[in-house]
Amino acid sequence: MENNTVAAISTPVGSGGISIVRISGSNAMHIIGKIFKAKNSKDMSKAKSHTIHFGFIFDEDKIIDEVLVSIMRKPNTYTKEDIVEINCHGGIVPTQKILEIVLKYGADLAEPGEFTKRAFLNGRLDLSQAESVIDLITAKTDLSRQSAVNQLEGSLSHKISILKGKIADLLSHIEVNIDYPEYDIEQLSIASIESTVIQINSEIKSLLTTSDTGKILREGISTAIVGKPNVGKSSLLNALIGDQRAIVTDIPGTTRDLIEEYVNLNGVPLRLVDTAGIRETEDIVEKIGVDLSKRAIASAELVLFIMDNSSPLSKEDTSILESIKSKKYIVILNKSDLPAVIDFSVLRNFITDAPIINISITESTGFDILEQTIKMMFMSGQIDVNNDVILTNVRHKNALHKAEESMDNVLDNIKLSHTQELLAVDLQNAYRYLGEITGESVSEDIIHSIFSRFCLGK
Amino acid sequence: MTYIADDVDVIVVGAGHAGCEAALATARLGHSTILFAINLDSVAMMACNPSIGGTSKGHLVRELDALGGEMGKNIDKTYLQIKMLNTSKGPAVHSLRAQADKKRYSEEMTKVITSTPNLKLKQGEVIQILATDGKVTGVKTATDSIYKAKCIILATGTYLKSVCITGDYTVNSGPCGLQSANYLTDSLIDLGIEIYRFKTGTPCRIDKTTVDFSKTDVQTGDEKIIPFSFENYGKDILREQLPCHLTYTNANTHKVILDNLNRSPLYNGSIAGVGPRYCPSIETKLVRFADKERHQIFLEPEGENSNEIYVQGMSSSLPEDVQIDMLRTVPGLENCEVTRIGYAIEYDCINPTQLKLSLELKNVEGLFTAGQINGSSGYEEAAAQGIIAGINAAMKIENKDPLMLDRSDAYIGVLIDDLVTKGTEEPYRMMTSRAEYRLLLRQDNADMRLLEKGHDVGLIPEDRYKRFLHKKQVISQEVERLETTHVGTKPEIQDFLRAYNSVELVSGITLASLIRRPELTYEMLAEIDKERPNLSEDIVDQINIYFKYEGYVQKQKEQVEHFKKLERRLLSSKLDYTKIPSLRAEAIQKLNEIKPTSVGQASRISGVSPADISVLLVYLEQVKRKERE
Repeated sequence: MENNTVAAISTPVGSGGISIVRISGSNAMHIIGKIFKAKNSKDMSKAKSHTIHFGFIFDEDKIIDEVLVSIMRKPNTYTKEDIVEINCHGGIVPTQKILEIVLKYGADLAEPGEFTKRAFLNGRLDLSQAESVIDLITAKTDLSRQSAVNQLEGSLSHKISILKGKIADLLSHIEVNIDYPEYDIEQLSIASIESTVIQINSEIKSLLTTSDTGKILREGISTAIVGKPNVGKSSLLNALIGDQRAIVTDIPGTTRDLIEEYVNLNGVPLRLVDTAGIRETEDIVEKIGVDLSKRAIASAELVLFIMDNSSPLSKEDTSILESIKSKKYIVILNKSDLPAVIDFSVLRNFITDAPIINISITESTGFDILEQTIKMMFMSGQIDVNNDVILTNVRHKNALHKAEESMDNVLDNIKLSHTQELLAVDLQNAYRYLGEITGESVSEDIIHSIFSRFCLGK
Repeated sequence: MTYIADDVDVIVVGAGHAGCEAALATARLGHSTILFAINLDSVAMMACNPSIGGTSKGHLVRELDALGGEMGKNIDKTYLQIKMLNTSKGPAVHSLRAQADKKRYSEEMTKVITSTPNLKLKQGEVIQILATDGKVTGVKTATDSIYKAKCIILATGTYLKSVCITGDYTVNSGPCGLQSANYLTDSLIDLGIEIYRFKTGTPCRIDKTTVDFSKTDVQTGDEKIIPFSFENYGKDILREQLPCHLTYTNANTHKVILDNLNRSPLYNGSIAGVGPRYCPSIETKLVRFADKERHQIFLEPEGENSNEIYVQGMSSSLPEDVQIDMLRTVPGLENCEVTRIGYAIEYDCINPTQLKLSLELKNVEGLFTAGQINGSSGYEEAAAQGIIAGINAAMKIENKDPLMLDRSDAYIGVLIDDLVTKGTEEPYRMMTSRAEYRLLLRQDNADMRLLEKGHDVGLIPEDRYKRFLHKKQVISQEVERLETTHVGTKPEIQDFLRAYNSVELVSGITLASLIRRPELTYEMLAEIDKERPNLSEDIVDQINIYFKYEGYVQKQKEQVEHFKKLERRLLSSKLDYTKIPSLRAEAIQKLNEIKPTSVGQASRISGVSPADISVLLVYLEQVKRKERE
């Protein structure tokens, strides 16, 4: 178990100028050989231990980043295995991309505390450190479980679970044909398996493209826009993304669903959630929207709180402030083109630890300050996008990549006229990869699916 | 008054499919054994369907045979029809299924048992397990006789406090009107064993002279028969076969059932036991799959000299009048006479997570259990556990390590690991989908996988073992020859390839490479491979499969290697998991309950996370280093 090769981003993401992707295991040198070209064309497999090399990371023919690569050969390394560290430029996007490429070439994503665990199991750390190794594993696991739960509400993982459902349907049909050959259950033809696999695979592929490169930003800092009804939340969202995604009217309570959009603000990826106006409501549909908003705030990493500069500070405003106090937030005073009713100094007394910005959405003023403020918060490390959120995202994409490979295998094997139990092997793998995210077991899931979908028995 | 009736090595309680295999194993391994049946006329009785094998179950029988079990040989003697299922799919999921002559099956098994040295067959109800200091010493029967023994194997099937239910008629009886065993459960509870209550059922039997078979589809057996037992390869076991018949329910049938649902004990609350998902009664099928317009009904003969037909697909616990009405709506059954009414049966069994992988109870030394008492269902599942319990009782007496098959060795390994590690909420049925390494665990290679192990424990006689070694050698020699024999681009070769729509050669190639082509087989190559030895069919099969499956088999073997690494990290049964810092509470509770024998087994326990396994590994390393210091 301990000799597979693992990789992870081993520096906090987003705060420093440089990030490090670390690879440990017997395959580390092989992987770096595949993805890195040194400026002086040196072959990394022959590079001396504990040397640093300048060059570029490639994804096939495309340059991804200019990096420094450290080569450290076993046993004199942290894990006592071969280690390669890639020093890359600090942003989320390039770092995550590099990690993805490393995984694509055969590394597994490191479990929480994995490098330290290996260091201990391989005899690098002494016995007195065992307790702290265990603490590290469990503490990190709690964190990542938390972020996995957050991510499960996210759109990518939702789509993954739909894909999983489709694979389970196909697989349980193949399995029921195998385990119950004499029942009057439609025998799946190879042609119909092929067309279903092509369909699922194209969904996997499109999901991968949409979550690829620039659009990796899709899983950026989750940002909730909050405020009482009709202060301009949807207008702000539309202004930031530049189209009319949310319905904007003068009637309070128009936004009843959560609307998610992704923008790249000065290099900072934001996942914007426009929430229904928070207020006590009797309208059932709107109530659902309001409940969603409260959930959105709970899982948000940044809250943009909009107030109407032209109406007085209300009880609703103060109660919203109360509910976002524990979050990183920015207060936005909208309608600065109208006469101000809110007294800024009173407000400042009220809000001591967050930026307050004046904007007018109708006149498009103040946006540059908003953008800079968010960027400042991000770059100066005020906002902590923790590693685990990023890793969970990489995990999803990695799972998708492996599932795609498995589905490609199914299609290849159909061409080689392989029989269904052989096709099932790669389908099971595809299912397993997608299931790894949430940790389900293939066999139990499929058996459950068989008995819930088909009528069987003596 | 109690008296000491006998003193033996092993007592087996129950002479069903598990009990027979268990008793034969211990006796054949040289240990004096008594096999108790509640009724001597019910040895190896098939209380439900008259068939052996089927998908994954056929695999179990093959594995049993390779370990030296009896079921395969017995069905080869008594089949009414044999069929290889799934032949349109690949060899990994081919499965043998036979219709059995129930009466002859029981008679033949009884003959084997009564002619086996060291084995006594007795009628009697065992009512108590005798134990001192957590170790068994013997059993007591209803007649107050005490039988002393070193090991006891319980294979009580569905007899523990069994209750049969048909409509509102409930009777305290075992299957087929046999007496139930009403005392043993209490003795198990006294020993601290946790008891579950499960439910299963069986359909009506009808008189075949009252069936109009012209309204049904005939289902015949295979023309060329493949035997269950590897020992019968090359022997002539072909006999005249009896057909089965297929008919269907219809809207009228469904109306009768649905109109009377309020009289079903399943739906009016009088049945409490947990029934299996894969073996639902006809009423359950109608409720759960309301859209389905018709359901298949297989009419299966119960024996050559029996007038009875088993109505597969009509398992029910509805009242007798409703069962008769519903049967008579089915084409062919309009005038049928019911000979035995269908019933549901509830019975006691144990929570199988109380077992070690050897099938010995963790908290009662020398007590083994096998078959339905462990929460499984099916004759084959029972027999498979029976032989393992028998072997391990013998190993215990001989102070040897138990035989524990793992998930990469055999379906038997998957079956036992699932039961013992994960437990079960319903009677457990084997399915090929449960096996991770399905392409390795084939029915055709069960001897390759297990015969060596059967020989090691002592159940495979020397002559059979020698024949096996010879077969293995012939296969590897032929594989070697095919890998090293080259054919060139001679016209005869190109003609041959053209004839089979296969791409012509541009340069020399091995015969092995040609067999790997999907459109060619070893047999086809005969015309261009004049040097080949004359090989038996089963060996030819092995060679074809070897080349056709090579890539997949290689991949699965690598996965098995990976799997085995954690299986080899052994855990002491004395390990107290509450002492390991940072394990989560749920993991501690489950690990202490199951006491897994390896880190691999621990990782399959539900509620134990990968992080818990990491913590466990760090802890083990910590302990190891402390010991070294």
